[in-house]
Amino acid sequence: MSIVVSQSAHPTPGYAAWRRFRRHRLAMAGALIIILLALASALGPYLLPFDDTYIDIMKRFAPPLSGAHLLGTDELGRDVLARLMMGGRVSLSIGIIAMVIAMAIGILVGAFAGFYGGALGAVLMRLVDAVLCFPTIFLLVTLAALTEPGLLTTTLLIAATSWMSVARVVEAQIRALRERDFAVAAVAFGSSNLRIMFHELVPNAIAPIVVAATLNVATAILLESYVSYLGYGIQPPAASWGNMLNNAQIYLTSAPWLAIAPGVAITLAVTSFNFLGDGLRDALDPRMNVT
Amino acid sequence: MTSPVPPACFDAVATPVLSATGLTTSFSRDGQWLPVVRNISFDVAARETVAIVGESGSGKSVTALSIMRLIPQQSGRIEGSVRLAGRELLTLPEQAMREVRGNEIAMIFQEPMTSLNPVLTIGTQISEALVYHRGLSRTAAEAESIRLLDHVRIPAAVSRFADYPHHFSGGMRQRVMIAMALACKPKLLIADEPTTALDVTIQAQIVELLKELQQDEGMSILFITHDMGVVAEVADRTVVMYHGEAVETDRTTRIFTAPSHAYTRALLSAVPRLGSMAGRAQPMRFPIVDKVTGGSDTPVEMPDTVARTERPVLEVKHLTTRFPIRSGLFGRIAGRVHAVENVSFSLHAGETLALVGESGCGKSTTGRSILKLITPDSGSVVVDGEDVLGMGARELRALRRRMQIVFQDPFASLNPRMSVGAAIAAPLHANRLAAASEARDKIADLLVRVGLSADMARRYPHEFSGGQRQRICIARALALQPKLIIADEAVSALDVSVKAQVVNLMLELQDSMKLSYLFISHDMAVVERMSHRVAVMYLGEIVEIGPRAAVFGDPQHPYTKKLMAAVPIPDPARRTTRRGISNDEIRSPVRAPDYQPPARQYREVSPGHIVQLWDA
Repeated sequence: MSIVVSQSAHPTPGYAAWRRFRRHRLAMAGALIIILLALASALGPYLLPFDDTYIDIMKRFAPPLSGAHLLGTDELGRDVLARLMMGGRVSLSIGIIAMVIAMAIGILVGAFAGFYGGALGAVLMRLVDAVLCFPTIFLLVTLAALTEPGLLTTTLLIAATSWMSVARVVEAQIRALRERDFAVAAVAFGSSNLRIMFHELVPNAIAPIVVAATLNVATAILLESYVSYLGYGIQPPAASWGNMLNNAQIYLTSAPWLAIAPGVAITLAVTSFNFLGDGLRDALDPRMNVT
Repeated sequence: MTSPVPPACFDAVATPVLSATGLTTSFSRDGQWLPVVRNISFDVAARETVAIVGESGSGKSVTALSIMRLIPQQSGRIEGSVRLAGRELLTLPEQAMREVRGNEIAMIFQEPMTSLNPVLTIGTQISEALVYHRGLSRTAAEAESIRLLDHVRIPAAVSRFADYPHHFSGGMRQRVMIAMALACKPKLLIADEPTTALDVTIQAQIVELLKELQQDEGMSILFITHDMGVVAEVADRTVVMYHGEAVETDRTTRIFTAPSHAYTRALLSAVPRLGSMAGRAQPMRFPIVDKVTGGSDTPVEMPDTVARTERPVLEVKHLTTRFPIRSGLFGRIAGRVHAVENVSFSLHAGETLALVGESGCGKSTTGRSILKLITPDSGSVVVDGEDVLGMGARELRALRRRMQIVFQDPFASLNPRMSVGAAIAAPLHANRLAAASEARDKIADLLVRVGLSADMARRYPHEFSGGQRQRICIARALALQPKLIIADEAVSALDVSVKAQVVNLMLELQDSMKLSYLFISHDMAVVERMSHRVAVMYLGEIVEIGPRAAVFGDPQHPYTKKLMAAVPIPDPARRTTRRGISNDEIRSPVRAPDYQPPARQYREVSPGHIVQLWDA
C-alpha cells in the first residue's frame, strides 16, 4: 500500500523527505560513514586478535602497517586499532545517549514554555538563557572536576550542558504552532493540554528537532573528547577517542600515529553528523519541495 | 459617457491591444512537460475589459503570468503567440520584455501588502517608478505621484504621500497598487484577483474605481477572478476556464443569459444570488449541475428543522470581549479593541443563525468567546441550560462535546502529520469515548456521512482538495455528536461549486441530526441561502437581528443596507444601475482606555426583527 501511495502525485511526507535527502550527496556520505563507524565499533573488537587493554611491552611504539598491528601500538604496546574501536563504542554511545537526554529535557522545557507562555514560559526560557550564559566548555570542565569521573557522569554532564539550544528551537516552534487552527480545534474538542502538546504540536516540530539532535551528537562527541583530553572524562585503561588523544600528546613527535588515529576518527564522526544534520534540515523542510 | 464611440475602437477592429492565440503553458515535472494551460485564444480590444474566470487550478493565473512572461524559464515553457498591439511578445528578448512590463502592461495582484516594499514610503515607491520608467525629474515625479494618488481616490493624498504601506488599510493599499500600475499609462492592466482579499464594501469600491479609471485613461483591462458576481460587474467579454482550457469565450451578457458549455452552467448555478430567496420560508440547497452533461437537479426548500418550542440550545446575553492594547515599557493599557460589545442572541435546536459583517467586526471573536477559546470580559453564555463562562476546566471539556467549531482554512485546521482517520478519531480519544475497533467503525461512518469513502481514513490531509478537507473537518466536528456547530467562515475559502456542495452537506446534516449552526460569514448571498435568522455585526455590536426574510427583505439599519448594496450582482443586465457606493473605510473598534460604550436603544420592526437605533 505504501508503495502505491508514495508513487502517486502526492507522496507521503516521509517519502518526499527521503527523496530530497537522497539528493544531498554529503549527507548520504555522512550517514554511510556513521553507519560504518558504528558497525566497526560494535563488531570490530570481536574480529581483531588483540584485546584493547592487552599490554605487550616488547612491541611498544610499533608504527602502523608494520606487522600484525594495522594502526601500530601505543606506549604500552596496546593495539591502536582495538583501542580506537573500543574508544568508538564509548565516544559514540556517549554522544548518542547524551543527545537523547538533552533532547528529552529540551523538548519538555521547550514544549511547556512554548505552550503555556506567560510567567511559566518566561521563567523557563530565562533559565535557558542563564545556563547558556556560561561558556559550555568552562561549565563542563568545572562540573567534571567537581564530580567522580566516569561514563555515566560524563554523559549526564554533557547532556546537562547541551539541552538549551533544543529548548529554544522547540519553544519557538510550539509557540507558533499552538496558534494554528488545528491546535485550536483540538482545544475545542476537549483534548487535554498534555495531549495537544505531545500529540498534535511536537510531531509537527519534528524536523527542527531531528536536525538539532544530529548536530547535538556531533557536539557531544566533541565535548567528550575535550573532557577526556583534559583528564576529567573517561579514565584509563578504558579507551575513548578523547583520552587516546590525551595520551598521545607526549609522543606527538616520536609516534604521531597515536594522535592521528583518534583525531581522524573524531573529525570523521563530527563532520559526518554535521552533514547528516544539514541533509536532514533540507529534507525535512517541506518548502524545499519546490524544485 | 454620452460621447460617441471613441476612435480607438476603430483601431481595435484592426489590431486588438492584446491578442493571444493558441497559448499553451507547460511545466516540467520529473522530466515530463505537463500542460497547465492548453490552447487558449482570446483578444482584448482597446478600452475593453475581458474577464478570465475559473476556479482554483483552472490555469487563469498562469495565463496572466504567461502573457507577462513571468513563468520561470527552467521549469516552464510558453508556446503559441501573444501579441501586444501587433507585436509578438513571446519571442522578444528579455531586455525588451522588461521594457514592456510596467510600461505597456501593468499588473496588480491579490495581496497588495506583499507587492509593496514595507520599508519605503508610498510616495517614494510611486515616484521611483515614474523616474525610472518615464524619466521624470524627482520634483515632477512627486507632483505626479500626488496626482495619481488623488486619481485613485485616496483621501488627503498630499498628507499620505509620506506614509508607509502599513499605515494603509487593505483597500487603500490596493488603490496604491493601482496608482503605481497607472504611473506609466499602460495600454493593458492585468488585474489578478484584485478584490479577493478585500471586504465586500471595499471590493465594490475598487471595482467602481477600476471602471472609472478605464474610462478616464482609455486602457484595456484583463480581469482575472473566480467571482461570477465581479465578472458581471466589470467584464465586456468573458473567458471561462476549466482544467486549463477555455471552455467558453463570449460576450459577458451571453455567458450569463445563454451559457453554452455545461461547465459554465454548473458554475453559474452554484453562484449564490442575493435576493433569490425572496418568498421562501426555509433554507434551500444549491442546485448541482453536472459539469459534463449539464443536467441539473431541482432543489426544494428544506423541511422546517427548528425546534422553537424547546429551550434554546445556545443563549448568549450581554457578551463582551475586549482586548487591551499595551504600550510602553510597563505595558500600560493604551487602548482597547472592543471586539464584542454587549451581544445577545439565542439559537434553537435545528436552527441556523448567521452572524454577518466585515473583517474586524467581531464575528469570529464572538464564536470563539462562546466556546471560551477566548475568555470574554462579561456576559453569559448558556449552552443546554449550563453556563459556560462560570465553568472550571474539567466541566468545560465535557461541555465542549456539545459544541464544535469548523474553521475557514481547511488546510490549517488539520494536523498535517495525522492521517485523516486519526484526525477524526482524535476527539473520541481525547474524551476517552471509544475503543480502537469502535473508533474505526465510527470513522468509516462519519466519512460516509460527509460524502467521502471509508477507505480514505488512512490517507493524509495533503492528498485531499480544499473541499474534501473541509468535509473531513466537518466529520471531525461531528465525531462527538454535538448539538451546536460554530462554522467560522467555513465555506468562505472554497471554490464556488465546492462551496455549494459543502453548504448542501451542512443543510442535509442539519436535517438528519437536528444540528444548530452559528454560521459566521461575510458572504451575504450564502447566508441568505442557508440561514433561518441573521444577525448583522458592526464594530463589535449586533446592529440588526431577525428572521432571514425580514432582514434581507426589509433591511433597516444603514450598515445592513450598505452591506447589501455592496454585494456584486451576478447579472450583467443590472450593471448600469449605479448603487451609490461611498468611499468610506471600515472603521476601527479600537477605543481609548476610558471609553464607555453608549447605552443602545433597540426597536422591534416586526416580530423577532430588532434593529439598533442609530444617530442620523
